[in-house]
Amino acid sequence: MSDQAFNFAYLDEATKRMIRRALLKGIAVPGYQVPFASREMPMPYGWGTGGVQVTAACLTPEDTLKVIDQGADDTTNAVSIRAFFARTAGVETTTRTGEASVIQTRHRIPEEPLVEGQILVYQVPIPEPLRFLEPRESETRKMHALEEYGLMHVKLYEDIARHGEISTAYAYPVRVEGRYVMDPSPIPKFDNPKLSDNPAIQLFGAGREQRIYALPPYTQVVSLDFEDHPFVASKAEHSCDLCGCGTSYLDEVITDDRGGRMFVCSDTDFCETRRAQGHRGRLAPEERT
Amino acid sequence: MIEIENLSKSFTLHNQGGAVIPVMAGAHLRVARGECVALTGASGAGKSTLMRMIWGNYLADAGAIRVGDLDLAQASPREIIALRREVLGYVSQFLRVVPRVPTLRVVAEPLLSLGAGEAEAEARARDLLAMLNIPERLWALSPTTFSGGEQQRVNIARGFAHPYPALLLDEPTASLDATNREVVLALIEEAKTRGAAIVGIFHDEAARARVCDRKVDVTGFSPQARRGAA
Amino acid sequence: MKDMGETPLLQVEALSKRYGARIGCADVSFDLWPGEVLGIVGESGSGKSTLLSCLAGQMAPDQGRVLYQGRDTVAMSEPERRVLARTDWAFVHQNPRDGLRMGVSAGGNVGERLMAVGARNYGAIREAATDWLGRVEIEAGRIDDRPRQFSGGMQQRLQIARNLVTAPKLVFMDEPTGGLDVSVQARLLDLLRGLVRDMGLSVILVTHDLAVARLLADRLMVMQGGHVIEHGLTDQVLDDPQAPYTQLLVSSVLQV
Repeated sequence: MSDQAFNFAYLDEATKRMIRRALLKGIAVPGYQVPFASREMPMPYGWGTGGVQVTAACLTPEDTLKVIDQGADDTTNAVSIRAFFARTAGVETTTRTGEASVIQTRHRIPEEPLVEGQILVYQVPIPEPLRFLEPRESETRKMHALEEYGLMHVKLYEDIARHGEISTAYAYPVRVEGRYVMDPSPIPKFDNPKLSDNPAIQLFGAGREQRIYALPPYTQVVSLDFEDHPFVASKAEHSCDLCGCGTSYLDEVITDDRGGRMFVCSDTDFCETRRAQGHRGRLAPEERT
Repeated sequence: MIEIENLSKSFTLHNQGGAVIPVMAGAHLRVARGECVALTGASGAGKSTLMRMIWGNYLADAGAIRVGDLDLAQASPREIIALRREVLGYVSQFLRVVPRVPTLRVVAEPLLSLGAGEAEAEARARDLLAMLNIPERLWALSPTTFSGGEQQRVNIARGFAHPYPALLLDEPTASLDATNREVVLALIEEAKTRGAAIVGIFHDEAARARVCDRKVDVTGFSPQARRGAA
Repeated sequence: MKDMGETPLLQVEALSKRYGARIGCADVSFDLWPGEVLGIVGESGSGKSTLLSCLAGQMAPDQGRVLYQGRDTVAMSEPERRVLARTDWAFVHQNPRDGLRMGVSAGGNVGERLMAVGARNYGAIREAATDWLGRVEIEAGRIDDRPRQFSGGMQQRLQIARNLVTAPKLVFMDEPTGGLDVSVQARLLDLLRGLVRDMGLSVILVTHDLAVARLLADRLMVMQGGHVIEHGLTDQVLDDPQAPYTQLLVSSVLQV
């Protein structure tokens, strides 16, 4: 099934070794951005080249791979990457969170809790959380080294001053084990609490920016906030219109041009599993047997 | 309180062929507490130079200038700053202040720099300005816009804000009308009564006669006079 | 005499910096005492900016020591020096753009140093920022405006507030009134004088403007070709200059 024109999982073994070394360093120093020699991949930057390289370095022939894009298994980005590894590595693929050993994700953490032994690989566009206010890489590296993180709170201060609350809704900065401040990639802040104390290994790859960072299992991850404006993991105040779940992260879908809309789980696997179990939301189609 | 011994001073004009102009030699002066000494002598004889040397504004070439326990000829800038803040007051003929600062603030400043509270310092400033007949509507304005006589009175108020143990007065009554002249002379007398040692330049002979205990003719301190005597 | 028993805040010993064959500053020594304003004057290229950079830890001198409260800031580690730079020290740049974050609101600019030293209460940070805007005469209503919307004088006052909010002991100023209109300069000078007195700040002030030096500095150092050629009480140096160069400098200025 594997295409013999490629090495297993597309990358050559030397490259995978180089990436694994970066991953091990990242695991050893949680939240620290490890530079790595990012390769050209057969897809454009912004399509997950960092995540794909990390996944390639982690995959074994026995793995089962799941790929999601904003929670969905069936969008172009997710389908392409899944097909890419099915062809170049010949691994099993799945849409079921519970069945996957490696999950590559863009902008979500699955609703179903992860377990020990699983690896979650994030695609990261901009790994540097301080970039917003300090454009010089030399300076941001120094700020990380010296734990000078006041600037991160300036960003949150600006949010409150302008909007009355911390309006940062995704890529919400976190502090890892009381040391490094880290950009969790553009996941909604609703997902931030799942970063902490997670049994799975979480790996982050930024292809264009050539950075890898990681959270080993059960790492303490705290979302930054102010005493009088504490962090809130917010979501739309609705239930899923398909499966009726009141606690999952929702996408808003416009259904017509007269203002009609519905809210559905962004995690398609989670929603389908619930519906298969018989849960029904407000607009769920009547099941005919 | 003020003791000058064998003081000499010359200016070297490096940018005019290095000309050396001796202006003072072998000057002596002693002023006790509660005493007021007038410096006299023709214009250019060195009255202002001597005043400026006591103030620390001009460097001495040789000799000693003791005010209290400090010899200004040997003192570090920091010691002179402390002396000016606490011990030595100076009423010059010219007002040099930061533009835009209200008059009340200008007068209160010597007390504020001594650590007085704002209310206390401004109360003293108000009393002095009122006593010197500066109209109250001007107190909130900068004295840089005032007339010569008004500026002179602001300067006097500032110089008498703190009860300095030693005072230098450069023409304190020039350009003042009779009423204000009387106020200034009363302030000087009051300072003497509390024990201040005062050195002054007065062209106003009646004023000089009234407040000064002695006259010292600085012509005797000129290098030419020294050569003549030798 | 009172407070004569204190120790100097900053002791500079034989400080030198060369750029290849060219002298930046050579063999500079002085003490700075608490509450004192030291002016450094001289024309462009005289070494005053190099000296300021070395003193503020932005540039490493080739030789000499800089002792801040007895600690050698040249020998100490960079992290220690950076901690000093955001707590005990402050630096006011000539161009406010170099000292402000132009994309951050006035309140955020003032609050940054507080957050850098651990302030995590939004309300308290905002209160401190509002207070400081008032102290530098910027209306409280402008707290959420960005510095670009401010005039040059306001930007400079904002930079000062941003620097002084953590109550530093030592402030480095590089031509703080340069580039401002004369009327705006006066207001700033008055403000600086008040702050220096009320907060008991020690200041090292680099300027080529002798009028500014006269109004702000207690003491002056005159530099030429990297060397300190004259040093003394401000009015004494300006009214009775000793060195040929100082005499030229003073006589070249219209009425200071």
